[in-house]
Parts: sequence; structure tokens; C-alpha cells
Amino acid sequence: MSIIVDNISYTYEIGTGFEKQALKNVKCVINDGDFIGLIGHTGSGKSTFIQHLNGLVKATSGTIYFNGMDIYDKDFDMKMLRSKVGLVFQYPEHQLFETDIFKDVCFGPKNLGLPKMEVELRAFEALRLVGLDENLYYQSPFDLSGGQKRRVAIAGVLAMRPDVLILDEPTAGLDPKGRDEILDSIKDLKEKTGITVILVSHSMEDVAKYVNRIMVMNDGVLMYDDTPKHIFAGYRELEQIGLAAPQVTYIMNDLKNAGFAVDVNAITVEEARQSILKNLQGIHGKA
Amino acid sequence: MLRDITIGQYYQTDSVIHRLDPRVKLMGTLIFIITLFLGKSVWLYLGVTVFLAAVIKLSKVPVKFIVKGLKAVVILILFSVIFNLFLTEGTPVFHIWKLTVTKEGIYLAAFMMVRLIFLIMGSSLMTLTTTPTHLTDGLEKGLGFLKVFHVPVHEIAMMMSIALRFIPILIEETDKIMKAQMARGADFESGNLMKRAKAMIPILVPLFISAFRRANELAMAMEARCYHGSEGRTKMKPLRYGKNDKIAYLVLAGYLIVMIGINTALGGRVI
Repeated sequence: MSIIVDNISYTYEIGTGFEKQALKNVKCVINDGDFIGLIGHTGSGKSTFIQHLNGLVKATSGTIYFNGMDIYDKDFDMKMLRSKVGLVFQYPEHQLFETDIFKDVCFGPKNLGLPKMEVELRAFEALRLVGLDENLYYQSPFDLSGGQKRRVAIAGVLAMRPDVLILDEPTAGLDPKGRDEILDSIKDLKEKTGITVILVSHSMEDVAKYVNRIMVMNDGVLMYDDTPKHIFAGYRELEQIGLAAPQVTYIMNDLKNAGFAVDVNAITVEEARQSILKNLQGIHGKA
Repeated sequence: MLRDITIGQYYQTDSVIHRLDPRVKLMGTLIFIITLFLGKSVWLYLGVTVFLAAVIKLSKVPVKFIVKGLKAVVILILFSVIFNLFLTEGTPVFHIWKLTVTKEGIYLAAFMMVRLIFLIMGSSLMTLTTTPTHLTDGLEKGLGFLKVFHVPVHEIAMMMSIALRFIPILIEETDKIMKAQMARGADFESGNLMKRAKAMIPILVPLFISAFRRANELAMAMEARCYHGSEGRTKMKPLRYGKNDKIAYLVLAGYLIVMIGINTALGGRVI
């Protein structure tokens, strides 16, 4: 079970004079169970890229293989692909339309042509996975808070039981608390179900804590594809393309330059704390 | 699909037509439409074609771009052509199955097609060469005399400019919502009419909600900047006629007189 992206390019509005190449020869393999952070600043092509993965946008050249099948084959079942590769758009709460939350979450599985029992079962399961209070299930989605609406929208995609879940800037426009809640519940979800998750963001800080692999896009090109530790080690290069490593990386590097033997590869605040404490204890021990 | 609609779009370039006063272009479009419906004669349409071709050439807008706007109305044009072709009485030319095609029908269908195509090309040429702000400025000033009759010209112009401004935004929004629902397995392309109409609900509801939300935000932003209608409001760049505008008015007047001349000289003959 994997997605192989084979050298895809994509150009917007061919032949109108407004042509713009959004993707340039992107190659990568998305393995089963990966937790990927896709990073790039605005206009780097990350949103265009993820829309290729479930066939919403067709590459100008190159192809994508889903479990060994070419998705541009004319016999390929696009509906199956869209149910297996769940895509949660930016501000997904803007797609809610039903009179109550439960019905809205049923929309996805209903489109798959499943029997009513199965549809409702999946909807319940999805709503429970995103941690929405059960009292809210039969309320209008428009009465909810921003963070809650977003959970409902994510549940709407999860209800199709995808193997791969792609979230485009799931924390955009949320306050720090809402952001942590959403990211934590995505992490929980990943641990409970083991699905592949791709988290799209322009902030290293957000994803560093969660993912095991980071892809960096710049100007339509996939520049780096590595583990967070390796990516952040080259934070000087990241700065050149307008991105930054997490703040702890800077602190740890500064400490090291100031003569403390700390681990510069610490990614989260917690790891940094451990490393600094260990170092300080070492100093005290000697003294 | 939705991006094919070029009506209301602006094509950025620098040309004589782009620089004309919007009032001239509005008047020009009006005159163009009048001449288009003046009569039914091949010579008349030849004149209209020459005029349109010259303006397109001057405007530096690629013809491909203007023609693309026709895609959206192909069905409408086909309908009117087919109905005119088969349902006009007159001298029969030939029969297909139970339908009779008449000489008058062929002429009428051809004229109808040309009229519709030119109508869309002409009016989209105006929006392609005029920014929405310019266009509404032109309307506001051009129709300013209606203020005497207590017509809220400024308010209407403001509404129009907002509406025009929001067309591309709403198109983009529709595109986004469609994609989001397609990602949830929605299918807009198969099934019977009833099913397809029903499939529109998941697009229309979020679209309306977002339109209302945007309207609300815009109203708030305008009020925050003390907008209170036309009373005492001045323009940063007031419209003033230049030399080119006067020449353009003369050309338009000449064109109209020539076309009326041709039409009366022909006296209702087709060729």
C-alpha cells in the first residue's frame, strides 16, 4: 500500500497568457504508515501537489501510482481513490452544508454507495475519533465554534475510512489552544488507526513535534525529503527559501556555539529541556 | 470549466482602447448593439464585423481570449439556431425527416447566430479592456443626470462594482467547494436531471453562506472607513475627456451614421 509520485509537473491555465508552472518534476514515494509534514511557504505548490494525490488535479506530465495502479489509466476508479486518499481542504468548515452534524458526516460514506447501517456506523466512528461531544451530534453545524466545525469537517472525510489522510493547513485561523487540540487529536488518530497522514503547513514549529518525515517544497520543486533531524540541521538553507527551523533549533545551536555540549538535533521543547538539564548536571557534577 | 467564463474579466495590457474614457466605451458598446439589431442584411453585418475586428485589433486582446468566452453560451446559440432553422415559415429549400428548412429560416438562423456571438464578443470586449472600477465610475458619471429624478446613481454604481468585483472570487470559491465535496465522493456528472440538481445542494449551501459572510465583512469594513454613500464624496481620479476620447466619439458617430445609411439604402433587402 503506497503512493508513488513519478515525475509529475503541472502548469496552470495553459494557453491563456497567465501560464504558471506550479509543480516541476516532483518525485517521491509515500509509504504506508508515514507521518509526513509537507512544508513550503504560500505559493510553493504544496496545495496543488496534494490535490494530485487524490486525482482532483491531473498532472500535465508524469503519473501517480496508487498501490501499483496508474491513476491516469482510463479504467481507474477515481471514486475509490478519493475514498482511500482523504483530503481535508484548508478551512474545511466552509464545506459544511447539512442541517445537522451527523448528516453532514454521513455525506462522504453515502456517496460511496454503502448501506445505511454502515454509513451511520462510520459517521459515529469518525465523530468519536475527532473527539466531538456527543451532545452536539444532532445540532446544526453552523452553531459550532471554529475549532469544532473543523473537527466535524475532518470527521466528514474520516468517515470514508481513508488509508491516507491529507490535511491542508488544518490549524489555519485557530488560536493556539485550538491548534494544539486539532494537532493532538490528529496524532491520537494516527496512533489509534495507523493510517498514513500528510500534514501540510508553512510552519515548521507546528509539525516538528509530530511527524517522522518532512518534505520541503519551494517554487514547485520538492527540495528536501528527509527526517526532521536532518532537515533542521540544515536550517541555514531553510532560511534562504523563506522558512525557518523551530525556535529550539536556534537556541540549541546558540548554546552550542557558547560552549555548552548540548544536542543540536533536539526538535521539541521537551527534548531540548532534557538535553540542557543533562548538560547542566554534567557541569555541576564536575564542579 | 467555470474559468472559461470571460464575461466580466479584465485583460491587463496597454492599448488605445484600454486608455479610453469608460463613458466612451459604454457609449460605444451601446452603439455597437444598436447597429447589431438595426436590420437584417448581409452588408450591415459586414460593416459590424469590420468595426468589431478593428476594435479587437486596437485593443490588443488576443482573439483566442475573446472567443473562449463564447464557450459558456454555445448551448444557447445552438438552441436559437436550431429553432430558427426548422420553425420559420417561407419558401422550402429541403426536408429532413418531418422538418422543413426554409430559405428564410436559414437566413434567420445565421443572423441570430451572428447577433448572439457578436453581442457577447462586443460586451466582453468592453469588460476586458475596462477595469471594474473604471466601468462603474463611467456609469456613475455617465448616468449622473438621473440624480435629478432622485435615482441613487452612486449607490447603484457601487453595488455594481461590488458585484463585478465578487464574480471571480465567487467562481474561485465555487471551484474550491466543488473540489472539497468531490474529495468526499460527490459526483456532479452522472445521473438524471433530478439527481444532478440535488447534487448541487452541497455546493450551493456553502456558497451562499460564504457569500453572506463576505458581504457582512465587506459592509463592516466599509463602515469602519466611514463610508456613508454619495453625499460629499469626491474622486481620487475624476474622469475627464481627452483628445483620444473626442476622436473616438467622432468615429462612433461616423460609424452609426454609415450603418443607418446602409440600412436605409438597402430598404429591407437581405443581400
